[in-house]
Amino acid sequence: MTSDIVFFLLAAISVFTALMVVFSKSPIYSVMWLIACFFSIAGHYVMLNAQFLAIVHIIVYAGAIMVLMLFTVMLLNLNKESEPHKSILSKSIGIITGGMLFLVLLAAMRSTQLGPYSAPETTDVGFVQKVGMKLFTDYLLPFEMTSVLFIAAMIGSVVLAKKERNI
Amino acid sequence: MSVLIFKVILIVIIFLISLGLAAYATYGERKVAAFLQDRIGPDRAGPFGLLQPIADGVKMFLKEEIIPTVSDKFLFILGPSLFMVTALMTSAVIPWGTPMEFGGVTYHLQVADINIGILYVLGVVSLGVYGIMLGGWSSNNKYALLGAIRASSQMISYELAMGMSVIAVLLISDGSLSLNAIVEGQKGLNWNVFYQPLAALIFIITAFAECNRTPFDLPESESELIGGYHTEYSSMKLGLYLFAEYINMFISSAIISSLFFGGYNFPGLEYLQTVLPTNLVSLISFGAFFTKILFFIFFFMWVRWTIPRFRYDQLMRLGWQVLMPLAIINVLITGAVVTFFGN
Repeated sequence: MTSDIVFFLLAAISVFTALMVVFSKSPIYSVMWLIACFFSIAGHYVMLNAQFLAIVHIIVYAGAIMVLMLFTVMLLNLNKESEPHKSILSKSIGIITGGMLFLVLLAAMRSTQLGPYSAPETTDVGFVQKVGMKLFTDYLLPFEMTSVLFIAAMIGSVVLAKKERNI
Repeated sequence: MSVLIFKVILIVIIFLISLGLAAYATYGERKVAAFLQDRIGPDRAGPFGLLQPIADGVKMFLKEEIIPTVSDKFLFILGPSLFMVTALMTSAVIPWGTPMEFGGVTYHLQVADINIGILYVLGVVSLGVYGIMLGGWSSNNKYALLGAIRASSQMISYELAMGMSVIAVLLISDGSLSLNAIVEGQKGLNWNVFYQPLAALIFIITAFAECNRTPFDLPESESELIGGYHTEYSSMKLGLYLFAEYINMFISSAIISSLFFGGYNFPGLEYLQTVLPTNLVSLISFGAFFTKILFFIFFFMWVRWTIPRFRYDQLMRLGWQVLMPLAIINVLITGAVVTFFGN
């Protein structure tokens, strides 16, 4: 089965690049590996016939968010001498939050059915028309809620930026 | 001839056309600049200086290659390579002409007719900034870094207005995101630019900004930043950056033509289809599309040698406070008209 081979190849790339994000010494390389990881995840979306989701994933994550991330990392000018020293408190907080996230993920995955992998029967489930219809009929309230959340975040960032200028 | 072989041949032809056109666009640019400034321009190499791009190419390859000692060598080489790859990738979804026919089988003059065509274009455009950012950062030069930062903030800002102006076009072309369907819907002189002049204007302006062309060439403004993000580059790596800029220009002209100016459509195409053989009509439509592309490439050059560069704060104000609200209002009005009055 070719789709099986493609799936395992993509899965291997996803896991490998995700590990490289953590193990890379230079933050720039971490960012680059993360972009590669996003591309392999977009590949998974395409395998599931969700082309719209795949391309939006690329535009939003690889095209916008990672550019901002790279932007920040470049301006921070991180090197050995200026590397921030983390206290034991922040390290332990990191361990606790990471562990809790792991627990939540484990609880969520416990009920997953580990069956054979299959794409949906019809090929047009991922088309923009279908996704749009679902979003604006069945999931209208969550959709609008998300947009309110985004506006709140935008106004918050503008307020923070304005505050800086007055000092 | 199977479809796969046809596609491979098509990809190679598009690739060669992109490179050849980019090479001769450098010559064209110098001639247009000379014309606008009342000079003669390049005329030494060959008749009318026509061999100038080849001489330039040879020069680029033979120049000494210098990599700054303190820079990250891998990222330094990756930068221009990525920039070139993203410049070439967009051509995959552009419909170049009406379908051809060999032995009863129809072949579409388009590498991939994916149903998210225009989103694919926006996605590749948004990736284009990585080449500039990596090149600028890994040069380990303050001018290059400033150029890279300017480029990335400019591209992120103008992408939004670009996407918004495309939404207005999608609203009037019955909601299909495939570039082929958008071009098909503009038969004859039924071009989108007559229904969406504001969206066309916004799209052209943002395309200038995405290509880093004057008046938006802040990332490499030579009077303040020496050469911007490619200050430290030499030899063919510099050549790749300069070359990719012309390929970007070619592809943007193709996208502008197919979104707003009818693509390969021209008045009388239907009539020709009834009297001439299919393949000939296909070539004629390709020629019509190419004429539009060449006009827009000339337009890019015309603007470059006419309008001075923006100041950085003016650039940001234009993007966020003028183009963005205009694009949103355009989407609102178009949506209201489509909902209440039909098409």
